[in-house]
Amino acid sequence: MTTDPLLKPEGPLPNPVPRPPGELEALEKAWEVPKGWRIISEVNNTVIGWYFIAAAFLFFLLAGVLGLLIRLQLAVPGNSFLSQETYNQIFTMHGTVMMFLFAVPAVEAAGVLLLPSMLGARDLPFPRLGAFAFWTYLIGGLVFFCTLFAGTAPDGGWFMYPPLTGQRFSPGIGADWWLLGIGFIEISAIAGAIEIIVGTLRTRAPGMTLTRMPIFAWTMLIFAFMVIFAFPAVILATILLELERAFDWPFFIAERGGDPLLWQHLFWFFGHPEVYIIFLPAAGMVSMIVPTMAGTPLVGYRLIVVALVAVGFVSFGLWAHHMFTTGIPAWSQGFFSAASMIVALPSGIQIFSWIATMAAGRLRLTTASLFVIGFLLIFTLGGLTGVMVALVPFDRQAHDSYFVVAHLHYVLFGGMVFPLLAAIYYWVPAYSRLALSERLGRWAFALIFGGFNLAFLPMHLTGLLGMPRRVHTYPSGLGWDGLNLLSTIGAFVLAAGLLLIVIDLALHLRPTNGAPAGDVWKAGTLEWLPNDNHATRSIPRVASREPLWANPNLPREVEDGAWYLPNTATGWRETIVTSPLHGEPQYLMRLSGPGWAHLAAAVFTAGFFLLLTVKAVALALTCGVLAIAAILVWVWETDPPPAGQVSIGGGILLPTYATGRLSHSFWAMITLILTAAALYLSYLFSYLYLWTAAPQVWPAPARLPTAEPLAAAALLAASAALLMLALRLVRNAQGSRLTLIATIILGMIALAGGLASDAAGWWWAGFRPTSDGHTALVAANMVLQAQIVGVVLVMGGFAAARHAAGKIDPTRRVVIDNLALFWAYAIGQSAFGMALTHGFPRLAAG
Amino acid sequence: MAGAVAIALWGPERWRRLLAGDRAIRLAGLGWPSVTLAVLLAWSLWLMRESSGVDRPATLSIEVTGERWWWRVLYPDGRGGSIPEANELRLPVGAEVDLVLRSADVIHSFWVPSLGGKLDMVPGRRNVLRIRAERPGVYRGQCAEYCGGPHAQMAFFAIAMPEEEFRRWLLSAGAGPGPGAAERGAALFRAAGCGACHAVRGTDAVGTVGPDLTRLGSRRDIAAGALANTPANLRRFITDGQSVKPGNRMPEFKIFTAAELDDLAAYLTGLR
Repeated sequence: MTTDPLLKPEGPLPNPVPRPPGELEALEKAWEVPKGWRIISEVNNTVIGWYFIAAAFLFFLLAGVLGLLIRLQLAVPGNSFLSQETYNQIFTMHGTVMMFLFAVPAVEAAGVLLLPSMLGARDLPFPRLGAFAFWTYLIGGLVFFCTLFAGTAPDGGWFMYPPLTGQRFSPGIGADWWLLGIGFIEISAIAGAIEIIVGTLRTRAPGMTLTRMPIFAWTMLIFAFMVIFAFPAVILATILLELERAFDWPFFIAERGGDPLLWQHLFWFFGHPEVYIIFLPAAGMVSMIVPTMAGTPLVGYRLIVVALVAVGFVSFGLWAHHMFTTGIPAWSQGFFSAASMIVALPSGIQIFSWIATMAAGRLRLTTASLFVIGFLLIFTLGGLTGVMVALVPFDRQAHDSYFVVAHLHYVLFGGMVFPLLAAIYYWVPAYSRLALSERLGRWAFALIFGGFNLAFLPMHLTGLLGMPRRVHTYPSGLGWDGLNLLSTIGAFVLAAGLLLIVIDLALHLRPTNGAPAGDVWKAGTLEWLPNDNHATRSIPRVASREPLWANPNLPREVEDGAWYLPNTATGWRETIVTSPLHGEPQYLMRLSGPGWAHLAAAVFTAGFFLLLTVKAVALALTCGVLAIAAILVWVWETDPPPAGQVSIGGGILLPTYATGRLSHSFWAMITLILTAAALYLSYLFSYLYLWTAAPQVWPAPARLPTAEPLAAAALLAASAALLMLALRLVRNAQGSRLTLIATIILGMIALAGGLASDAAGWWWAGFRPTSDGHTALVAANMVLQAQIVGVVLVMGGFAAARHAAGKIDPTRRVVIDNLALFWAYAIGQSAFGMALTHGFPRLAAG
Repeated sequence: MAGAVAIALWGPERWRRLLAGDRAIRLAGLGWPSVTLAVLLAWSLWLMRESSGVDRPATLSIEVTGERWWWRVLYPDGRGGSIPEANELRLPVGAEVDLVLRSADVIHSFWVPSLGGKLDMVPGRRNVLRIRAERPGVYRGQCAEYCGGPHAQMAFFAIAMPEEEFRRWLLSAGAGPGPGAAERGAALFRAAGCGACHAVRGTDAVGTVGPDLTRLGSRRDIAAGALANTPANLRRFITDGQSVKPGNRMPEFKIFTAAELDDLAAYLTGLR
């Protein structure tokens, strides 16, 4: 542990008390929540966090009702309660809504609500981005769900395997709802992930080194990194399938040099990490609840961190265990089987760490503890059946049968919903005037635990007796009847338990910013400090993992304003930016407050995707343009000019502006570029994979264009030179304003020209996207490049406008820094794409 | 695990102290599962090799193609040609049989739980599943990969019979219709154009869109496990097939009178 000279572990508190009059009022004024209905323009994490959690919970209940309908239909053999068509839509929506509209948003929502106060920040670093992510999710999710009522919901199953979901076998718009609706909700998840990464790494309280960071924050950090690497794979898959459906580009059509298994690889490259994306934050919650309830620090903190990081990596190496029955080669089955075993080990470490913590202290059997114990038992069972299905010979029987339905519910409901329910009972007092009822909670736990096992334990047997998944009916006399009836009864008992929780929430949940029930469990972490919309009055120095246990006076000191930043130094909403490893204060970040532009952007973005689905192209494009306009208005207000240095107490002076690697926006940009690179890597995989599946459609080198790609390469090089020139001009304050603007615009033209020249080369050489898998992939490369170049063009125009308005100078140049990063990435990706599409066919031809 | 939780909660002080440390986590959470998982993995890899049957040559190779929503089956006739069948799989007991699995449209999955694991039928790919029926009997199979529409009603029976009986059955096709009702039914079958989609060997019905009906009368079920094979169900499927198995690709034929339906059913039941 390094000792930071600024952070003397002993000594007087950094700010004298009592604080001057008016200071608190100014702080409250800066963080004031808009009154009445205008609260929807609020962006602060406490408000958005509540919206987010409420929306996720709503989708949980809605998808749960779908689950009950499924169970009603399957209660008896030969039932006709639901038609086949409706049933197929309902089971597709149950899985899709649970995975995409409940599970991921719910853990992200918990992160949005809990992380800032747990880390000692006033808010997450990009409040409007967080709000934008929420509103797109809510609007998109609701419209998506309502397609059920119109009978046009997708019916291809939540993993949407082509060719069933291709245009030929699913001509309706159901599949398009899935592809466009879910595709853009994933984009919202990525926006949230970027915010969480930067928030966790850069806005922790002074002195909170990485090794003092609460485990929940660790899990959210790993969660967010997994999201930005895993989600692009499924986003690419949805882009490809939508292109195939809309324009007949045959990525997945075997007769034309595509391969249906490409979808499965891309989908499960996302889909398996997805399970851990959901599970890790839930495990993080357990790691917070158990020490508090046992009254002792977490045993094995370091082991858990290692385990979490290991899961993060290994979970990307076992996607093909969902494909053991597709006929992939035996050596690859062996590899993925072994990897699937290895991923069980980190979970073993976590489970025994929690048991060790319980053994080290005395666990109070609160409702939260009960849900944790329920989680331990159910998740362990799910883990055991997981090991069973990871064994190839067993999986050949269990795959796509009710055994897997049982397994996945034990893992996901046991591993994620139980911890989430524990978390609700645990954290509500921190944000609500009343705690939830322990009595109702215990009843709810009993019903949920009993009902869950009654519903899902028999399914193991139903599956082993041969009942496949996703059947709307089954004949009697196969030994499935009684088991199915039991499952249905269990599902309703489970639902009764959830209803009790809803009642408890209705009776006792009273969200408040100023006067929560508070630290009723005697917890040790910062989120239990007195909180308001501005989070804590002052931000403490953290010297241990349980600061509230180390210093029982901390709540009072913080509330009196004796710690750092007890005021608003600039009149803005602010938070302290600290160094990523050691949490040393670096500068004061000014945060955006309430606004309407991000809301308009969310509405129009949702409008763009949803109208595109129903093929209202003109309206959709209008919405798209309006969305970009709204985003530009929104970001125009960010990046305020430097406001000199401010004191946060204890003799620490912080600058109010940062550029380069110090700046939080640099970190966000790098994260965004990692996401874009992950998307492009998925494309690279698709290109090489289809080549192995259908090498016969790759063209002979003689057919490839030559002149146009060379021109394109020259244009890219010119664009790179202009980029360097622009950076020099800004840094050294050389040249007139017009010179810089002209340099940027010329650079943009060269970049777009390079792309156009490459595309023209393919077209003139007679390549058409609809011909075969190879030409479709070449065209997909153009689409991906055009996406990136389009963003760079918008950013370039924005930077030119900022410069024209005099809002850029050698210090205040974050806008140019961001442009330069993304512009450089665009040049790199374009060059790489050209090397691949022009070089590989020549290489492959020998 | 449950025991460990119980000890952690209520156990004697000495036991709890044993559990409450990094050493216990490493041993119980990492060491023990590592050993057991390694053993399991080795065993499963050995089993994989066993069940793939790579060491033993197949005595028979049957092609099964998944269609929406039925099974096309092709047996080798021993002279380089093949004998088409549908929705039923007959096997000689004890023989190593390779099933060559393909798909005609979307992804299906071939699964007879009692005879072995499942294997997908993927468009553009050829997967081979090795199976062996140890005992004579009737085993139910069902499509295990969701294939849209009436996926739930895409089943079949695998019938394992003694080698000798199997050979006899394979080559014994196509008794013509008897006189009376069956003969009238045969004429109706021809006149209504059923042969555009269905084939009956030895007649001019040579359609290949739908299942081969040459031995329909000997099958246990009709419409890939949707209904038991009785004259009443045959009539029902011809007139109301879409309510029996919604979305199936055979249109409903409501043109026949009740007497004509009886004749048709008599003809079809007689095909053995």
